[in-house]
Amino acid sequence: MKDSSVKRHKSGIAGWIFLGIVLSIYALTAVLDGELAATVITTFSHLLERVLPVLLIVFLLIFVINLLLNPAWIKKYLGHRSGITGWLVAIAGGVLSTGPVYPWYALLSELRERGMKMSLAAVFLYSRAVKLPLIPMLIHYFGLSYTLVLLAYLLIFSIFSGLAMERLQGSNPGIQQP
Amino acid sequence: MQDKIKQSARKTLSSLLAMLPIIMGMLLLTSLIVELFPEQIASGLFGKNSVVDAWVGATIGGIAAGHPLVSYILGGELLSSGVSLFAVTALIVSWVTVGIVQLPAEALMLGKCFAIYRNLICYLFAIVIALLTVFTLQLMG
Repeated sequence: MKDSSVKRHKSGIAGWIFLGIVLSIYALTAVLDGELAATVITTFSHLLERVLPVLLIVFLLIFVINLLLNPAWIKKYLGHRSGITGWLVAIAGGVLSTGPVYPWYALLSELRERGMKMSLAAVFLYSRAVKLPLIPMLIHYFGLSYTLVLLAYLLIFSIFSGLAMERLQGSNPGIQQP
Repeated sequence: MQDKIKQSARKTLSSLLAMLPIIMGMLLLTSLIVELFPEQIASGLFGKNSVVDAWVGATIGGIAAGHPLVSYILGGELLSSGVSLFAVTALIVSWVTVGIVQLPAEALMLGKCFAIYRNLICYLFAIVIALLTVFTLQLMG
């Protein structure tokens, strides 16, 4: 527990340093091109509008996970001995997860601390490529056959990405650690 | 139960505080890159052969950031301007699976090794999926 809070503290400081660096890049952009900086802020506010609802859902999920799920449950369904159920849960979770990816990193990080295996985190992130609400757009631009073939490959390769990460983890235990 | 709720709320708040600067930083960085990304030079890079096209497409998709819908629109535009389906497919796939812009956030939250290996694997897979998708469609007639 102490170890996990130390990691969280370190990641907290690194986060503020990262924000400081990005703000410096933005300040430099503003000095060089004020018009571009204004456009960037407009884009930023649009992105923020999209992220906020997802962020709320994710933190609600984190709250529920902290409240209801114990490490034994996570180890059973997403842990090292979760078997095929773990893979199916990760794929379904990835396909159903919406919005930008950043908030989902927090959820996966939380699940990892509670015993989720990292190859399933890779499967979750890969299967996010299947965007259910955007399928009509994909069909509109590229046709039904193309869409079906591409989606099938994306789902198959989400499993391959998990298998590859599992293999790499065997030779590099650093993958399981933050 | 009340104690458990309080404890969960405290943990969630601490996660939120750790995440907030990373999310804000990533959104600002993404906005900067989206505005700086020169879409018009993309079309000049394609047209060599299927593997090179897929490689260039995967590279652009991996570097670019933004809503996946943008990749469909950009892909559709590139396709209609004569860019191969290999390149467009690799671009669409790596747009949503590879995240160079998101890499710092992914590394901070899920670990450096995990983030680097996962992105490399996804980058290679984008090229393979592009080739397989187009060849499968050709086989289907």
